[in-house]
Amino acid sequence: MVARVPVRQGLFVDADPPLLLGGRCRSCGRPHFARQENCPYCSSAHTEDDAFSGPGRLWAHTAVTAAPPGYQGEVPYGFGVVELPVGLRVVGRLTEADPSRLSIGRLMDLVVVPLHVDDEGRHVVTYAFAPEAI
Amino acid sequence: MEVAGVGLHPFGRHPGTSLPAMGAAAVRAALAEAEVGRGGFQAAFCATAYAGVASGHKVLGALGMTGMPIVDVEAGCASGAAALMLAASAIASGQRDTVLVFGVEKMPKGIIRSSFFDPWQEEAGLAATPAYFALRAQRLMETSGVTKDHLASVVVKNRAQGAGNPDAMFRSAVAAADVLGSRVVCEPLHLWMLCSPNEGAAAVVLRAARRSGVRVDSAVLRSHLPGAVLSESTPLAGLADESVVPPSTLAADAAYEEAGVGPEDLDVVECQDTDAARELLGYEELRLCPPGGSAELLESGATALAGRLPVNPSGGLLSKGEPLGASALGQVVELVRQLRGQGAERQVPGARVALAHTVGRGANAGVVILTR
Repeated sequence: MVARVPVRQGLFVDADPPLLLGGRCRSCGRPHFARQENCPYCSSAHTEDDAFSGPGRLWAHTAVTAAPPGYQGEVPYGFGVVELPVGLRVVGRLTEADPSRLSIGRLMDLVVVPLHVDDEGRHVVTYAFAPEAI
Repeated sequence: MEVAGVGLHPFGRHPGTSLPAMGAAAVRAALAEAEVGRGGFQAAFCATAYAGVASGHKVLGALGMTGMPIVDVEAGCASGAAALMLAASAIASGQRDTVLVFGVEKMPKGIIRSSFFDPWQEEAGLAATPAYFALRAQRLMETSGVTKDHLASVVVKNRAQGAGNPDAMFRSAVAAADVLGSRVVCEPLHLWMLCSPNEGAAAVVLRAARRSGVRVDSAVLRSHLPGAVLSESTPLAGLADESVVPPSTLAADAAYEEAGVGPEDLDVVECQDTDAARELLGYEELRLCPPGGSAELLESGATALAGRLPVNPSGGLLSKGEPLGASALGQVVELVRQLRGQGAERQVPGARVALAHTVGRGANAGVVILTR
């Protein structure tokens, strides 16, 4: 079993099914991702941990065809925004790299995918969205 | 206040020319037009995003024109608009009489590494700037009936207009089929639908007195409101809420009010066309058309050089390329020339009211309204 390490601590729970780790404002009630101390919408300092699950609906999608700065993984890869039931639109990778195979509104599962292998031989993983099997 | 003089170093790739040399060329030209010499301006603001520490000092040092306050200003693609706002504020307050504003940039080809993103975002492939443009383009297609043919039409229009601009990087007209035939960078955006980061400089001398005939009626900068996921602020997440007013609209509304004009009064516009869809979104955000009306406005021909409201007569960033710090001031240089009747073959006949729009990382949006 290859060891796995999240691309950033505190961003998601690497479980089946995974969860995104965000927060919720105790003043205005709105959710945010990634976790912040202060509410990004109303600036209240009274926020608490919250976790968000899929599936969500695809809101926008494309594919990245050339490696952007600092990226060591494979290209092309899918890239998009998924609207989660909690009312958050989340930017993330998509497991489908062919935009013609996706369409807006498609049901997308929250998943965790490998990005690349680090210097210690571990799989660096991140959250992503995968089209739900029809 | 007035624009006393403008100057430009052509936008393009200039491997043999240093950044201070490009800046100095633009500054020299603007000061010469304004008939202002060393000591004739009381402050200088230098717009740049990538040039590094004290770039403004390097430019003015190369000219032997230091001594006054020199402040570098960074606001992403809106850096030049931010510098202009600060200069205009200094004059409007009565603190200064004449202020030099200039922008310089020397950028490599391709996607630029930006300290805006966290290292983990780069590692996860989320620092893909054109992909955010592509998602925004797709949303515009979804909400406004914009098609890939419309995106290609924007490129055809701007490249045709840029063919007449000696300061542009690309000076040849293109056909829609060739735009759609260029490689896909991020669906729906093809390579030719994206502007090229490049090099260049632009300078503007602002003055309290009124002699030249071109006035700055408003120079507004606004940052974004939270909540929108595909704003230039590039958040990791946003709310399922369509009511968040984009920074370009905030800036435009404030600028219209300050200038006492409305979109219906405009004769010519230079707007941010970082990608072809960004120009169409600009039509809607700047209220040049009703929400959802950008495709129709483009199709009507109104925004072409011969139309009712030409947009990007300079050829836009799609023709000029985008040297970040210089791009917003480059728009102002173009519009000042248009208002003076110096637009040559791309002159908008009788132009009296002009608007320049930029929006960039932060997110910051700048809107400048010029009149004669």
